[in-house]
Amino acid sequence: MSQPANTDLRQKVNVIERNAAYLRQSGNKTMAEEEDIILSELPDDELVLQMHDDLYDGMKEEIAEGVNILLGRKWEPYRVLTEALVAGMTIVGHDFRDGILFVPEVLLAANAMKGGMFILKPLLAESGAPRMGKMVIGTVKGDIHDIGKNLVSMMMEGAGFEVHDLGINNPVEDYLEALISEDADILGMSALLTTTMPYMKVVIDTMIEKGMRDDYIVLVGGAPLNEEFGKAIGADAYCRDAAVAVETAKEYMARKHNQMAG
Amino acid sequence: MTDALSNMLATRDWILADGATGTILFNMGLTSGDAPELWNVTEPDKIRALYRGSVDAGSDLFLTNSFGGNASRLKLHGAEKRARELSRISAELGREIADAAGRPVVVAGSVGPTGEIMAPLGELTHELTVEIFHEQAEGLKEGGADVLWCETISAPEEYAAAAEAFALADMPWCGTMSFDTAGRTMMGVTSAAMVSMVEKLKNPPLAYGANCGVGASDLLRTILGFAAQGSEIPIIAKGNAGIPKFHDGHIHYDGTPELMGQYAVLARDCGAKIIGGCCGTTPEHLVAMRAALEGHAQGPRPSLEVITAALGGFSSASDGTDDATPAPRKNRRRNRG
Repeated sequence: MSQPANTDLRQKVNVIERNAAYLRQSGNKTMAEEEDIILSELPDDELVLQMHDDLYDGMKEEIAEGVNILLGRKWEPYRVLTEALVAGMTIVGHDFRDGILFVPEVLLAANAMKGGMFILKPLLAESGAPRMGKMVIGTVKGDIHDIGKNLVSMMMEGAGFEVHDLGINNPVEDYLEALISEDADILGMSALLTTTMPYMKVVIDTMIEKGMRDDYIVLVGGAPLNEEFGKAIGADAYCRDAAVAVETAKEYMARKHNQMAG
Repeated sequence: MTDALSNMLATRDWILADGATGTILFNMGLTSGDAPELWNVTEPDKIRALYRGSVDAGSDLFLTNSFGGNASRLKLHGAEKRARELSRISAELGREIADAAGRPVVVAGSVGPTGEIMAPLGELTHELTVEIFHEQAEGLKEGGADVLWCETISAPEEYAAAAEAFALADMPWCGTMSFDTAGRTMMGVTSAAMVSMVEKLKNPPLAYGANCGVGASDLLRTILGFAAQGSEIPIIAKGNAGIPKFHDGHIHYDGTPELMGQYAVLARDCGAKIIGGCCGTTPEHLVAMRAALEGHAQGPRPSLEVITAALGGFSSASDGTDDATPAPRKNRRRNRG
């Protein structure tokens, strides 16, 4: 169940990449007249700010270029991730939360982020960078809606988390199996129908039954959900959009680390 | 020969549409995970009851049980080859109920979104989207629908593809979008932008508007936004009966019949001509809505304050059409044109 969903998402991203390139080409007709910004000529702090802008504008090639320049200047991979990419995606997330950017812009920004992540991922693993956390996410059984879930996945990856996306229509067994096999920290569940929402309680109740509820942070989301519902079913938090999901995940991970340290 | 809806639009000041489909089917025992459209074949009496519920409550127009009946959505249930068949049967059942009503009732063939993101951001091409919608359109036409009715659309590209598909089927149509994100659709379309888009279509709808979204007050703000553009095309308002709340393992919508009655009257005052409900709206609500519309004269256009006082606050401060719209980041050195 897990592999096809991730491949599916990767295929979708491949299409986004092709299409974003197409979009940029059409934009380049006006851009050719503009003064071209040469990233390698920018000092570090200006380059980072330019990368924030480039993420905001969904400019994947420029992000990859910027990442390579910073690495060439001996920046640690983890620093590139957090200061250039995650910080940029946080701005995107805030504007998405505040109703300035919408789904199309967020998809393009996340796609640009992926360009940077492609370079950084192997280097992060090598350099023993601190782990933000890992999330297993999926839409619940009976529900096929996935746009919101995909946005959460992208934004979480943009924030430096590892995400294992189970896709749609997931029974409880699939969630629990993935949590264990992936050694995840967070379970994310999404639903768009009021009729499938209650299934989230089934998953949480099963986790309690099996004595595994306390091992994971449970976040829930989807248009018909609200905070009250999240509390009623025993989730840790309801997240109203992808940006809030990232902030909430970071908060809970920090708490978890504090508990483990203290 | 004009269609039933055009006739109704020409002779009536307001038209009461129906309420929810999913809400009622789930109350009848549909389990989450099953495609409602399959009930057209396996539980036709329940679908007749669904339609009859609206008609008996006073609806002048109801939607067929075909919202998820496109190939893209039926794929989950292994029924992607049955899109045309299931749509046709949904309309046949509708025709049966409408023709027995004893008064003019319009059968509107519901066409919901594909659930996929369209190119260039996603995989679904324009051509394939048109084909998917066209298949449903032909089925609904065969079954005897009076008009086609696409609803809960978020992306303007999808709305345009539906318009093209419905032209291919040579059917009159209506189309509503769902404004659920800071007063816009999920893809960022404002009420004003929707009107511009509708007016530019080669195959414009008989009526356009908003359905679903967040609450009833949000929907009426959207209707005001439509009306402010001054288009001649009639407006549709199909708002939710409140917000879903979770009590004792069940979902209840918190909009009372009384609230929906107030919403219906305000919708008309905002400029809507076709008025109905969406999620959570049952025949009980429709009865109250009809009584309210019949019992009140048309009033002046309400202010946002009047709307929130009657129906509750908005889910966002701005809907993108006022000065309160937050602006995108400035200071970006690369011009995007």
